[in-house]
Amino acid sequence: MRRRQFLTLSLACAATGAGAEAASASPMGPRGTGDLGIVVERASGSILIVETSGRTVLARVAQLGDLSHASAVFSRDERFAYVFGRDGALTKVDLVNARIDRRIVQAGNSIGGAISDDGRLIAVANYEPGGIKLFDSASLAELGEIAADYGAEQRSKTVGIADAPGRRFLFSLYDGGEVWLADCAEAGPPKVTKFRGIGKLPYDALITNDGRYYIAGLFGEDGMVCLDLWAEQPKPQRILAGYGRGEEKLPVYKMPHLRGWAQAGDRFLLPAVGRNEVLVVEAGTFQEIGRVAVHGQPVFVMARPDGRHAWVNFAHPKNDRVQVIDTRSLAVVRELRPGPAVLHMEFTSRGHEVWVSVRDADRIDVYDTRTFAKLAEVPARKPSGIFFASRAHRTGL
Amino acid sequence: MLPRSTDLRLPREIASLLALLVLLGPAQALDAKREAELVDLVRQDCGSCHGMTLKGGLGRSLLPERIGQLDADGLAAIILGGVPGTPMPPWRGLITDEEARWIVDRLKTGFPE
Repeated sequence: MRRRQFLTLSLACAATGAGAEAASASPMGPRGTGDLGIVVERASGSILIVETSGRTVLARVAQLGDLSHASAVFSRDERFAYVFGRDGALTKVDLVNARIDRRIVQAGNSIGGAISDDGRLIAVANYEPGGIKLFDSASLAELGEIAADYGAEQRSKTVGIADAPGRRFLFSLYDGGEVWLADCAEAGPPKVTKFRGIGKLPYDALITNDGRYYIAGLFGEDGMVCLDLWAEQPKPQRILAGYGRGEEKLPVYKMPHLRGWAQAGDRFLLPAVGRNEVLVVEAGTFQEIGRVAVHGQPVFVMARPDGRHAWVNFAHPKNDRVQVIDTRSLAVVRELRPGPAVLHMEFTSRGHEVWVSVRDADRIDVYDTRTFAKLAEVPARKPSGIFFASRAHRTGL
Repeated sequence: MLPRSTDLRLPREIASLLALLVLLGPAQALDAKREAELVDLVRQDCGSCHGMTLKGGLGRSLLPERIGQLDADGLAAIILGGVPGTPMPPWRGLITDEEARWIVDRLKTGFPE
């Protein structure tokens, strides 16, 4: 019964979504895509299409270019993944037919992207030329560009791009120390609001899943900057300013990553820069509640979708481990040692399992998030990022 | 063809001298395992900022076009000491002076895959 429902659903989806192409057999047969995802194999420029119900690899799609630091977003129907490559390529991958649907090289050097809430626009943040570009999500036709000119000779590299409700995007100017809000709600060029003097060297940012707070991490100083987008006139507010005052920073061998998984109930858990700590602040007031001493410098601090736990991985040379923080007691309740170079973690949509990429073991480990039992090992070539299609339905991912 | 009875072993003094020469040999002589580790470190870890192809990212390009003519000692000093005020960290402690020089020499001519 359940299977039949699935088949009917996926057939309907394929028929409306793909037109004539739907007639050609998908290598994986008709199926839904809600439990699919991709794994980036950065050294070989390929991705794996995986499914998280049986924890298997369905297909490998190659020739995506330089996938170092690659990330992905998903179409609203969860059929397409948009993969952002370091070489400035934007590749639209058809998950159902396991092939590249379209691919463009839109810049010389890029860092990531986002999809608008209505699913129509793809925005890519570029280092070179510095700024963001907007594309039609169906055709990948370029719709516009926002150059990150901030008054210096060269444009700023842009980082921390995030989607906000109302066809808006936010991003940060790494060199310029500004946050820009691009409102694409109406036809014509986006309306850009610039927030200046937000702090030195914003390196990445996140927007919370409710679309309310945009928080950028600062590399050039201790602290972060936060914009409340629900305010009449959003103003940058410095948070966690000087959290490490008087302490010697450790050398940072890998920058932390921020994305929309910081919120755990009424708290935010954020990676400290240059310190073996996770910072905990109260949502709303942004007062520091505590700090959790962890194994190394955190790279990803990811709240499980229910917010009860947060999983943390670490920078080189301590990147063989994962620690799990109880977000109530702020204790480290579990330490796992998947192996050398744990680069990324991704939760299933409601958080019952987590996939962990272990680059140097050429493997993904899948864990039960309650028992911490390892459920499966999925082979992959030098895996880095893991992105599940269910991100399509969350702001900020 | 040598007669069978010939002793092919080197006299002890010469063998020792050769061993010494190997030890003192070119400063960049690292063993193959460590070289492979350094290639991996540069591609993967330096690559997180400079790009896995080293063409630049948040950090600048490390390709021969940009750094080929720059002073090797200066570049090695940057690797070991970092650049204060930027995200470039000091790698001293994780790699030796000799290894930094080895990396610089390879970067200047085209880094191995």
